[in-house]
Amino acid sequence: MRKRRTSVLALPFTVYALIFIAAPLLLIILYSFCVSPQNGVTLTLDHYKKFFDFSNPVYLQVLWRSIYIAVISTAICLLLGYPMAYILSKLRPGLRQVLSVLFVLPMWMNFLLRTYSWMSLLEKTGLINSFLEAINLPAFNIMYTQWAVVLGNVYNFLPFMILPIYNVLIKIDQSVIEAAQDLGADSMKVFGRVILPLSLGGVASGISMTFMPAVTTFVISKLLGGGQNALIGDLIEKQFKTTGNWGFGSAMSVIIMVLILLAMNFTSSYEKDREEGGQLL
Amino acid sequence: MEKELIRLDNIVMHFGGTEVLNCLNLHIRDREFLTMLGPSGCGKTTTLRIIGGFVTPSSGRVLFDGVDITELPPHKRQVNTVFQKYALFTHLDVFENIAFGLRLRKVGDADCKRRVGEMLELVNLRGYDNRTVSSLSGGEQQRVAIARALVLHPKVLLLDEPLGALDLKLRKEMQLELKKIQQHLGITFVYVTHDQEEALTMSDTIVVMNRGEIQQIGSPTDIYNEPKNAFVADFIGESNIIDARMEKDYVVRFAGSRFECLDAGFTENEDIDVVVRPEDVDILSPGAGQLEGIVESSIFKGVHYEMIIRTRDFSFLVQSTDNQEIGREVSLLITPDAIHCMKKSPRPHVKEGGEEDA
Repeated sequence: MRKRRTSVLALPFTVYALIFIAAPLLLIILYSFCVSPQNGVTLTLDHYKKFFDFSNPVYLQVLWRSIYIAVISTAICLLLGYPMAYILSKLRPGLRQVLSVLFVLPMWMNFLLRTYSWMSLLEKTGLINSFLEAINLPAFNIMYTQWAVVLGNVYNFLPFMILPIYNVLIKIDQSVIEAAQDLGADSMKVFGRVILPLSLGGVASGISMTFMPAVTTFVISKLLGGGQNALIGDLIEKQFKTTGNWGFGSAMSVIIMVLILLAMNFTSSYEKDREEGGQLL
Repeated sequence: MEKELIRLDNIVMHFGGTEVLNCLNLHIRDREFLTMLGPSGCGKTTTLRIIGGFVTPSSGRVLFDGVDITELPPHKRQVNTVFQKYALFTHLDVFENIAFGLRLRKVGDADCKRRVGEMLELVNLRGYDNRTVSSLSGGEQQRVAIARALVLHPKVLLLDEPLGALDLKLRKEMQLELKKIQQHLGITFVYVTHDQEEALTMSDTIVVMNRGEIQQIGSPTDIYNEPKNAFVADFIGESNIIDARMEKDYVVRFAGSRFECLDAGFTENEDIDVVVRPEDVDILSPGAGQLEGIVESSIFKGVHYEMIIRTRDFSFLVQSTDNQEIGREVSLLITPDAIHCMKKSPRPHVKEGGEEDA
């Protein structure tokens, strides 16, 4: 009886999930095997062959570049985010709350606006360069390079790294840290042998939360990376909006999805090991 | 007597504006099982944490073997702690939890294995090496915590209410086992608890604390039989605490009657507290004792009946193996050796079921 009642409660979401999650997903998979989905179903493997064409690896290169930039962005987020989360977790509770809100605050602004504002900061005649010029320093030109894309990624996705790590860190019982001190660990060893291993679940969440949007982004690369630094996201967007090759766009979407699934599988298996993982997903 | 190992010298501790410890002086001897006993907020855990090095006292000194260790961080002290909620490392298995301290001291693998094995044997967890901590029951986790602290052969083991989370039966077993371990290893245990029975069962010395001050230090029998003040009497065991007046040496007046007692040295007509243990009151037929009363209630407690007997001025808690019907008229006899006279002291009510009625 009870089981039936709970499944009734799940009905609205089940319907929602079927219409807005499962159906589109299946459609994309189907499209990726169609010659031209707009003109009826004719099955083919051409789109995948085109992508994995090793004699002409343009698309693989784009995929590689996307992964490369996403990995670097994620690594920088981790290097910046972990210490930040650690410091945050050590503050007294009131201050902690205020600061963690401040970290999320930029997210309240529109994503596009945030990225556009980086454009005006980084441009040749932008704020940063005008300032450097005014004090007679050489200009700083990273606009339309990979590094501008990395910067955009880090700026936009850093909170996704900080929060899950922070959530795990504040849950570590103070007495566990004291136990380590009691057994002879100085502060470095307490960190290395207790705090870090106990927070790996949060690190794994943080990595997947940052890596996923970073690898699929298209706005950041388009605005800050210019034309020559197109990522897989840009490519997919182009297939749908400009070229009209929905089949190829779908195939690339499927490829990137599989890739993300593999990455998530890796990190979530890690999180299951450590039951304390603070997941946002 | 063994030599003194730890000395706490005029320890004062403030947290914010509140004074948690007020000029505490205590020495702990080598190989002693010392229990700090008191209600929550009495400062017993803070005292333990000062010995462990987790907090630094606002003023005063901590001496270990004659050396001032007041400012020494915990990882450099020769004491180890069993924490209240075990505080095991959930990312390590049982073996690595116990080996944690050895690994930090760079003890070799073979040695490590031998010493962890010894500890597992000691706490009856042989074969648990590779179990995860989360798969253990509360009692087993507790044993791991004890083994983890003992593997470094500390001179002193600090235990912060280690049995608080266990059920009654397991707690009793662990009490005996802890005492056995302490005697077997011949090291000092400093034990913190709010459970008077636990303290009486295990300790060589009990330190009764209240509101940041030591009320009494003594052996379990001293503390039980000769409580220094009403707080100790009330906290240790059940007791009748009665307002009294010392008429002269060996004569005390309470509950509307005059009694002979064994105490002297008070000023004449001084207001004092008298403690009478419930098992020390004899119930006789009407007219045969010193105080006449009526049985108000009687509860069967297993070994004995616990009765409340109302006399004219005071309701006595009385324990006896013979039951008396409720409403029956009886007479109470309190012999001189059952009467403990104590100086008046402020007596906060910390225990439920205060026996005093007046």
